[in-house]
Amino acid sequence: MTTSQASSRTTTEGTVYTVTGGDWDEVVESAAKADDERIIVNMGPQHPSTHGVLRLILEIDGETVQEARCGIGYLHTGIEKNLEFRSWTQGTTFVTRMDYLTPFFNEAAYCLGVEKLLGIEDQIPDRATVLRVLLMELNRISSHLVCVATGGMELGATTIMIYGFRDRELVLDLFEMITGLRMNHAFIRPGGLAQDLPPGAVDRIREFITTMRKNLPEYDKLATGNPIFKARMQDVGYLDLAGCMALGATGPVLRSAGLPHDLRRTDPYCGYETYDFEVPTADTCDAYGRFLIRLEEMRQSLRIVEQCLDRLEPGPVMVADKKIAWPAQLALGPDGLGNSLDHIRNIMGTSMEALIHHFKLVTEGFRVPPGQTYTALESPKGELGVHVVSDGGTRPFRVHFRDPSFTNLQAMAAMCEGGQVADVIVAVASIDPVMGGVDR
Amino acid sequence: MSDEQNTNSGQVPAPVDRSGEVIGVRKGMFGANNGGDTSGYGGLVRTVTLPGATSRPYGGWFDEVADELEGALEEQDLLPSEAIEKTVVDRGELTFHIAREHLPRVARTLRDDPALRFELCTGVSGVHYLGDKGRELHAVYHLRSLTHGRLIRLEVSTPDSDPHIPSLVEVYPTNDWHERETYDFFGLVFDGHPALTRIMMPDDWQGFPQRKDYPLGGIAVEYKGAQIPAPDQRRSYS
Repeated sequence: MTTSQASSRTTTEGTVYTVTGGDWDEVVESAAKADDERIIVNMGPQHPSTHGVLRLILEIDGETVQEARCGIGYLHTGIEKNLEFRSWTQGTTFVTRMDYLTPFFNEAAYCLGVEKLLGIEDQIPDRATVLRVLLMELNRISSHLVCVATGGMELGATTIMIYGFRDRELVLDLFEMITGLRMNHAFIRPGGLAQDLPPGAVDRIREFITTMRKNLPEYDKLATGNPIFKARMQDVGYLDLAGCMALGATGPVLRSAGLPHDLRRTDPYCGYETYDFEVPTADTCDAYGRFLIRLEEMRQSLRIVEQCLDRLEPGPVMVADKKIAWPAQLALGPDGLGNSLDHIRNIMGTSMEALIHHFKLVTEGFRVPPGQTYTALESPKGELGVHVVSDGGTRPFRVHFRDPSFTNLQAMAAMCEGGQVADVIVAVASIDPVMGGVDR
Repeated sequence: MSDEQNTNSGQVPAPVDRSGEVIGVRKGMFGANNGGDTSGYGGLVRTVTLPGATSRPYGGWFDEVADELEGALEEQDLLPSEAIEKTVVDRGELTFHIAREHLPRVARTLRDDPALRFELCTGVSGVHYLGDKGRELHAVYHLRSLTHGRLIRLEVSTPDSDPHIPSLVEVYPTNDWHERETYDFFGLVFDGHPALTRIMMPDDWQGFPQRKDYPLGGIAVEYKGAQIPAPDQRRSYS
């Protein structure tokens, strides 16, 4: 820019400067004189291929991305702050809405943390733990399906999008039957589950496994060997192992760099050490490798779901301690699902203690001994960690979610800079960020 | 009263109570603090105590990590007792409370020492202990070692009057966004961070929303004829 200082004149009061706005003509002139074609492009926050409300700020020179930055926070809803004003059990209703594609993982991570603070990990009934694993693995399938589907759509491969959402719908139907809701279930509670499986659920899940085993090869046929798909994905969004470690990337991004790090294996929870499954890896460090890993993980999840069904045994799904177990005795009445009339008859007519427990738990909640804990589990996106602090009250003192989407999204710049604009979309899709989890 | 100690100095008090660290006092039972509590529990006073320092042996691999860390710090001519304020083992988790000026050195040692090798930092979480006078703001780091399959916690505290902690971005680049988030919500200033700006809240936001003295906000809503107060105005159980 030319030197455009404000004009000044000297008066008896001192120097007076006349300040006016910049001259637009001068800006245009200097931009025309500059020989580079650097422009800054705002992609999003409302753009179908940026996964919700992600804003990408790209400095591009022709078709090459020189610098890439993320603008996030458009979906910040203050969930962590809100948790501090609800009881421990009510917390599940909030956390399930964070990463809305992986509700069961959020709930499970939170509940495992609360249970660890309470010191009741050993008292969680086996059936509840097995069902948690089952729900989480079904959830892994639905989350990966959305990733594959939207990733395909962003490449222009609409068929794979239709297929992905078709199959995800099957999983959501199962969720709806089991929990009553397609998303945002609040089904996993501190101490166990809200409810047992409804009748017929096991058969429906087995049917689903059969259907899914038939449908999964379709993705291979459509995409895995497809030369256009490969050309768009291979060597795009490159991040090697050193980059992953420095940037804290976990999940499929880390495994695509060849390290078989999966918390289900390296730091097992919910009895994962007793299940038989593989941790797929790739050594390509690129978007294509991550795609293949997600496909394989869906197959492995089906295996785990099958093993869960085999080891399901009748029993309670909530901890026996009446001072913690939420008195959710739901039954289908004439006006829909609600408190069971038997339970109401019991607390109102027969058992004074049951009434007291019900009243205390619903109004006050339970107290959690002071302390802090960090629990982590392997969500479809990577390490989902929860730092829970209690001050001994009926409400969480502080809950912090280390969301894998948030951390992995930092790698966007490293993956995109120096590449093509069109590859930014592929790279971001291969990270699979969900803004509900990023912004919380 | 133990919660009033060291109110005037910005110094970090040495934890004296071996049985635990008092961070506040709870009075009454039903959250009524303006004389309306006729339940008979109004006179109830309980101190809130976090788990205090643990003495050796810590058990399991905890001793090994502590030994290695202390040894590695000694090699760098840094007295372990100066850097590590206390060590807490609670609920099967190992926590080192680190003096804030030594945090980068300790983190680098934890990352690089072959016997420690905590390669992965899972970010930082802020906690605001309003009642912990002189050390209100805590930054909590969880470090994971993929080599050894271990997880430890580092905790650093600062007073509200001087909320500065050295940044760990140089050691763990992943902490870039995490430190921005903690700054955004708690006002903890990470010295040496390359661009410490707000990340979630709008750039011109006033205040730090997740501090305990920052209200949640909200409005009363009508439900079946009754006014339901905003969540932070509702009855809480103390």
